[in-house]
Amino acid sequence: MNLVLTWLTDPAHWAGEDGVPHRILEHLTYSAVALVIAAIIAIPLGLYVGHTGRGKFLVVNVAGAARAIPSLGLLFIMVLLLGPRLSGDAAFVVPCLVVLAVLAVPPILAGAYAGVEEVDASARDAAKGMGMRGLQVLLEVELPCALPLIFSGLRSATLQVVATATIAATVGLGGLGRLLIDGLAVRDFGQMAAGAVLVAALALAVDLIFALVQRYAVSAGLTGRRTASRRSRPKASADSTLITIS
Amino acid sequence: MSWSIDHLPAVLSLIGRHVYLAGLPLLLGLLIAVPLGWLARRYRVLYPLLIAGTGLLYTIPSLALFILMPIFIGTRILDPVNVVVAMTIYTVALLVRTVADGLGAVPDSVNQAATAMGFGRVRRLFMVELPLAVPVISAGLRVAAVSNVSIVSVAAIIGVPQLGSLFTDGFRRNFMEPILVGVIACVLLALVFDLAIIAGTRLITPWQRTRRAA
Amino acid sequence: MHRMKIYLAVAASAALLAGCGSGDPLATDAAGGDEKGTITVGSADFPESALIAEIYAGALEAKGVEVKKNLNIGSREAYVPALQDGSIDLIPEYTGALLHYFDEDATATDSESVYKALTAAAPKDLSVLTMSSAEDKDVVAVTKATADKYSLKSIGDLADVADELTLGGPPEWKTRRQGVKGLADVYGVEFGTFRALDAGGPLTVQALKNGQVDAADLFTTDPSIQENGFVMLEDPESLFPAENVVPLIAEAKADDKVSQALDAVSAELDTETLATLVAQVIVDKKDAEDVATAFLSEQGLA
Repeated sequence: MNLVLTWLTDPAHWAGEDGVPHRILEHLTYSAVALVIAAIIAIPLGLYVGHTGRGKFLVVNVAGAARAIPSLGLLFIMVLLLGPRLSGDAAFVVPCLVVLAVLAVPPILAGAYAGVEEVDASARDAAKGMGMRGLQVLLEVELPCALPLIFSGLRSATLQVVATATIAATVGLGGLGRLLIDGLAVRDFGQMAAGAVLVAALALAVDLIFALVQRYAVSAGLTGRRTASRRSRPKASADSTLITIS
Repeated sequence: MSWSIDHLPAVLSLIGRHVYLAGLPLLLGLLIAVPLGWLARRYRVLYPLLIAGTGLLYTIPSLALFILMPIFIGTRILDPVNVVVAMTIYTVALLVRTVADGLGAVPDSVNQAATAMGFGRVRRLFMVELPLAVPVISAGLRVAAVSNVSIVSVAAIIGVPQLGSLFTDGFRRNFMEPILVGVIACVLLALVFDLAIIAGTRLITPWQRTRRAA
Repeated sequence: MHRMKIYLAVAASAALLAGCGSGDPLATDAAGGDEKGTITVGSADFPESALIAEIYAGALEAKGVEVKKNLNIGSREAYVPALQDGSIDLIPEYTGALLHYFDEDATATDSESVYKALTAAAPKDLSVLTMSSAEDKDVVAVTKATADKYSLKSIGDLADVADELTLGGPPEWKTRRQGVKGLADVYGVEFGTFRALDAGGPLTVQALKNGQVDAADLFTTDPSIQENGFVMLEDPESLFPAENVVPLIAEAKADDKVSQALDAVSAELDTETLATLVAQVIVDKKDAEDVATAFLSEQGLA
């Protein structure tokens, strides 16, 4: 623990290209880009499957299998496959983003899909009774109702992506993984441990921000006011729903 | 293809090691998560502390945890125990919340009925609450199993052999086939773990089957 | 009935746990170093190291020594402590790099003086056996196109152009003297940027080939240098020390039989042979163990 504090409190470690703030910025950039890509793929797909019930079997099983792909192996495959075909920084960045996005798609997909599917049938019927059409029902009723589960999927994906974005450093990129890889290379365990602590802290901070956003984005009619149920229900579901539906 | 055929025995032995390094922590993690999950449920003050605390463990990068483990627990640097302990930590991180939620999902009326029948707290936990929480806990266990199979492969970087060794070996030689074999074997292994947990759950929750059949 | 099944399941998992505890399939390997007479051979996580380790293992087995293997351990930072805690007993090493691991300020550069300094710097519980003439050392390499463009022959030729170029190397090059610092101090070569890659591995080769870096740290026996027509820049000031292949062994395990078997290997191993053998593993995708066996029987060592 002392090693970590000594490392973290050294001002030299906070400045410039190699400094902690710059590394955090890089780390957040890789994570954010990968998450946005994953969300663009997974949320519409999940909404579609949840709304129509079509392709459920395929989507659920592909997502389940994607979860089991080891990130390290996929990264090596992508570097060997894409590296020679891309020029400049893209040769390093694209393989990383692919790996992180593959990691993020299953939980987001599961959240979106389960969120829509679990919308109260009476709410759906009421919307139809009011004369809403398919897309209108999806966007104005099902989507808002599904938000808690969509958020829990996003949060679960974010935690995994932020923790895994350290692999960027193994293929020559930056991010907080540099502290781990460089620390290992010169036997600086304080630097390694500091890197691990910073990654965990960053994941926690990002999750807190998501929690705040969720609070404002999700209709109060859904969250209820019973603190116990709000605390446990929606957050538990990201992972467990994927499983119950797969 | 010829590489895979020639190396089948070697790959099988790596699968064996992978099963051990990913599977044993699953059992150990469950044994640790059950009492922690119960504590979180029993004492409401502890709930956020235990859930957030254990959840945070999951965000520790695996490479760092594997390498720093000998410093924390005083083991030898190549000892597979390092990997087993690290993977157990990840399993606990995933399971505590699930166990707590599973126990929480047991209806109050059931607990009251058990108490009325004269069940003490411990007996009630083992005879009523835990069995009823099995489906939820098993769902969490399946997530942990898939996650473990994937994360263990990182241990190749610290020289503990398992399927991840195929990744590093293939990468070092710019040789795709071993990496692909390793990835496919990992996915299949995750599937086998998954099916085993489903089968085990069905075995110990026969009432679920009855309900479905009716 | 139900209760019975739960008990059965609990009993089954307990049995499984107990089974894992006693019949631990992995512990034997890791604890192998403790057994008397058995030598556990380790290697670093790159093909050449694993290959030489296989050669050592084969040579020892041929002399009736019981051998276990624990290859591809990782970097020096991992396997030297593993040697010292008894997890492994023997590993192929390189004199210059190992010397600098034990003594950061070492200044020796030629084979003999590096070896001499190394035997003096090595901790008491570790022993450095006779080195071979086979050498695999750091080299700053550029593509043929880059070499032609700036007419580069020696590292010093980079001095005027380096500030617009990118250097690629292992992470430790950023801070080590045998890296960015030494290039600046010894040759006045200061690159515009440094990119941390791997230690002469596929990442570095790919980055040099595709232009993500303009110059890179590679190793002289690497078959990809020839494969890609990379130009190795001369090092007239000997910034990079000699790197002869040498067995590093736990002192307690280095009895006469073991030492003689390993010395015989070192006597037969030269740079050209080593490069050919490494190419068989990397280019022809042969198994290191098979290549090692063939070499040993050819040399009459097994």
